[in-house]
Amino acid sequence: MALKPVALTLNGSERAAFTEDGENLLDFLRRRLGDLSPKFGCGQGACGACTVLLDGAPVLACLILAETAAGRRIETAAGLAGAALHPLQRAFVEGFAAQCGYCTPGMLMAAVALLRANPRPTREEVVAAIGGNLCRCTGYEPIIAAVLDAAGHMERRA
Amino acid sequence: MIEFRKEFFADERDDDLKEIGRPTIRQDIEGHVTGRSPFFDDHLFEGLLHVRCVRSPHHHARIRRIDTTEAERSPGVVRILTGRDVPRNLNTLLSLLDFGIDDEPLLAESRVAYMGEPVAAVIATSEARARDGVARVRVEWEELPHVLDVEEAIRPGAPVVCEAYPTNRFIYHGRYDHQKLRFGDVEAALRGADHIVEGRYQMSPIEQAPIETCGAIAAPEENGRFVCYTSTQALFFSLGTAAKMLQTPSSRLHFIGGTVGGGFGGKVDSLHEPLAILAAMLTGRPCKYAFDREEEMQVGAPRGAERWYLTDGVMGDGRIVARAFRGYFDSGAYTRLSSYAIIKAVGHLPGPYTIPNVAADVYCVYTNRTPATAMRGFGITGVDFAIEAQMDKVADRVGMHPLELRILNAYRDGDMKAHRREAKGCALVECAQVVAEKAGIALSAAARAASSRTGGGGERGRLPAFTATDGKGRVEGSTSGSYARKSAPGPARAAPAPGRPPAAPPAPAAAAASPPARRPDAAGAPPPPPGAPAAGRAAGGGSMPPPAASPAPPPGPGTGDAARRGALRFSSLSGLRRR
Amino acid sequence: MARHRGRGFAAINYPIGMNLGGDPSQALVHANPDGKFTVALSSIDLGQGMKSVTRQIAAETLGVPVEDVWVDTADSDTGPHCMGSFASRGTHRVGNAVIAAAREARAVLLEAAAEELEVDAGDLVTDGRGNIHVRGAPARAITTMAAAQAAQFRQGRTVSGRGIFLIPLSPVDPETGEMTPVSCFAHAAMMVEVEVDDETGEVGVTDMQSAYEVGRALNPRLVGQQLTGGAWMGMSHALWETTEPFYPDRAHRPVDFSAYLMPGPGDLSSHHISILERPAPDGPYGAKGPGEMCANPVLPAVANAIWDAVGVRVDDLPITPEKVLRGLRAQGGARPRRRG
Repeated sequence: MALKPVALTLNGSERAAFTEDGENLLDFLRRRLGDLSPKFGCGQGACGACTVLLDGAPVLACLILAETAAGRRIETAAGLAGAALHPLQRAFVEGFAAQCGYCTPGMLMAAVALLRANPRPTREEVVAAIGGNLCRCTGYEPIIAAVLDAAGHMERRA
Repeated sequence: MIEFRKEFFADERDDDLKEIGRPTIRQDIEGHVTGRSPFFDDHLFEGLLHVRCVRSPHHHARIRRIDTTEAERSPGVVRILTGRDVPRNLNTLLSLLDFGIDDEPLLAESRVAYMGEPVAAVIATSEARARDGVARVRVEWEELPHVLDVEEAIRPGAPVVCEAYPTNRFIYHGRYDHQKLRFGDVEAALRGADHIVEGRYQMSPIEQAPIETCGAIAAPEENGRFVCYTSTQALFFSLGTAAKMLQTPSSRLHFIGGTVGGGFGGKVDSLHEPLAILAAMLTGRPCKYAFDREEEMQVGAPRGAERWYLTDGVMGDGRIVARAFRGYFDSGAYTRLSSYAIIKAVGHLPGPYTIPNVAADVYCVYTNRTPATAMRGFGITGVDFAIEAQMDKVADRVGMHPLELRILNAYRDGDMKAHRREAKGCALVECAQVVAEKAGIALSAAARAASSRTGGGGERGRLPAFTATDGKGRVEGSTSGSYARKSAPGPARAAPAPGRPPAAPPAPAAAAASPPARRPDAAGAPPPPPGAPAAGRAAGGGSMPPPAASPAPPPGPGTGDAARRGALRFSSLSGLRRR
Repeated sequence: MARHRGRGFAAINYPIGMNLGGDPSQALVHANPDGKFTVALSSIDLGQGMKSVTRQIAAETLGVPVEDVWVDTADSDTGPHCMGSFASRGTHRVGNAVIAAAREARAVLLEAAAEELEVDAGDLVTDGRGNIHVRGAPARAITTMAAAQAAQFRQGRTVSGRGIFLIPLSPVDPETGEMTPVSCFAHAAMMVEVEVDDETGEVGVTDMQSAYEVGRALNPRLVGQQLTGGAWMGMSHALWETTEPFYPDRAHRPVDFSAYLMPGPGDLSSHHISILERPAPDGPYGAKGPGEMCANPVLPAVANAIWDAVGVRVDDLPITPEKVLRGLRAQGGARPRRRG
């Protein structure tokens, strides 16, 4: 199996590494670039734990070949915080919106995409946006509340 | 919406603490939201190898031959393991607690007993190459008859699922093929009841479904040690299991975990650690063995199915005077933890109610399906479904509101429970009252006035004057003995080991155990508290309940049950124990 | 064809901890020279909040702010033995072990402070904000930092503690099942309201009203997390989940989340939770363990609500639309009970 170079932008930094035939973006980010924030949950595109943003749109990294991300912009949960937490992260912290935390990075990226496109979502819009992200611990209610809470905070700051 | 009802039991609480009771932010939450929390798979190793298993496509089959020659030539395949590579290829999880017989191989050698059972492990340079290697392993199978239903499995002539338990039933205490609960005289009470209410309840297997699948990464550390990053729910349980199966001192193993992506009971079976460490030992390289989602759902042990039959005797005023259970836990092909779940369930019966006559026969049954294991509510969820659906039928039969019926029969402080200990700290009545209030239900004056702290004890706190016992399901000539393992007269017999005998020396206790000596007329009486005069526990002695919740007298010479005497035996988790 | 509403009830209790082979857990606590504490465990945090709740327990017992405590788990080289995170044992067993370890460490800390203040250690109290002072005389004080430094560099004391909590093995009588299963029980009662579609057999949970008695809630938000998520799981178990939809037949087994069904964020029910706290005498600060029992009342309450709504008894979990429809057909349509 031949190795191919892939260069992309990861959370604002230019990054490059070799990929193997058939390697998906999730393994590439984790093993080749060392960004461990996207998680493997199913490898079937059904749980959302590997959700990252590809040119701003939420995608399932387990379903995308690494080489198709060449030259494109990837954002992950590892890049959300600067010196301070992102408002969504803060809302998850204060709203007790995570228990085991395994779905959290993917959940956050789905929510980031929503709030960028729709800064003042309704509950139904939040539900639709995270509908592809499974959580086994929380019963979803605290997550929905945290996203709505973050939207309020972001609105006030803007 | 969550509210605290501080007015209840306020006099039992000191609410003036500094840190306790505060809504402090979780210690781990910042790691979770930044993606920095270190789950087992978040440790990168150069040259990581991947392990995947060759699995049985049959419910039950003999393994005639495993041919790995083609797979060994497959690109990226580093090594292929079979059962012969496992130093002690037979284990039962609770052997660490001296409970049960070793019954399950890490990699099956002669026979598979469920669809998905592993027979070989391919170690390769990537997961994809490991999958390719798995596809190239040729196994010659001879299909065998299988059984999938618990009640069919215990009929005479059913295929033997688990060789360690040839009647397809776990043996409790070396005496019975089920766990008994006997309290009072259920048959007599049923005869005197105004109504008989019966039910059959079934719970199908349920997947724990943590978003992180089960797995482990093992790597050579230094000085002959191996580090193992694991998703286990029980670090030392997994370490002890790995040390036993690999026949290596625990000091050579360094287990790191503690940050786990959900478990719900599905991460206590410790299948991944021994295989990942064995692979690392035999290749000298870091190795990862993890379930994919399909394996997690169908090969990873689920919450097992349970079937319960309930019979209640009820008086016209709603008092339940007798309750009988017959329960079947579907353990799947091996024991794992189901044997224990039944102990837990039996200690829970008849639910949170004071019923003067209770009996249960609960069976741990082997079938040709994925072995079952723990899940949230283990041993209780299934029977609580049965009990509470049954309570609804009883309420309907006697024409009471379901909450009234529950408050009427609820256990209260000082009551005697069916496992012969006093009820303490009860709060069922109060929970039911709060729900009634929230649901807008007008309870009777008596139900409104009821309290868990009053009305119990007295007559309700006494042991039954007579308890009907029986020898049904007695196992004769069973093997080796202790609380945990089988104990009975007759020739000692080592646990049958499919294929090669285990590498470890046989446990000394397997050699002999004295036959259980027990006065039949004392069957219903509790063991005396240490130092108690023997007269205090005359047959049927209801006058002297043992101190509730105090630990029972430790097993040993002079304190009672002869079946528990014997040679000292070391268990890595529970230490030396006399049996 | 119509949708029918019904209400169902259930009440349960739940044993806290394991009864097999003895049930121990250990903890180690030690201070850095600046008075910040580490709790070393081998217990597992799988989302239930083990790290967080033991941190609060340690801080309370030590008498220091929670920020001054860090819980490190789980490394078999540094964390002492623990049976594991299962059987609702974590808070109760590990919490008690942490109290024991923290008490021992606190005693040394107070002795060090007493030596510096030239008073009797028995007269000292902590204010929970990082100070140790003479009872009734807040001015005669020393910081935990200064006391820890003195212990390490002047007095040669180890500000550390060991703790273990053990529930001894309780034998089970083969004839009667007599045993001491556990030392305390949590409780719950629940009302579930459902809507049953008599054309499709689909059941929607529209409201839950619950009361949970959990012993003392050490952290009300952590308890809330368990109860909210656990009740969701109970609803999921009742109506959706199984690895073998036609058990004991093994056909149609799901292998992915498209076929293994669970309610998503759009399938939620409102849930009003009331928490009652009756402290367990042997629990850490009276705590029990709410993590497992929270799901259990939902399953029967849903089944009972379906019966109330349409008169169909499904005693076989999960209660799929197929089972409801078969029941409806067998009795010739919905027969609402509406007992309230």
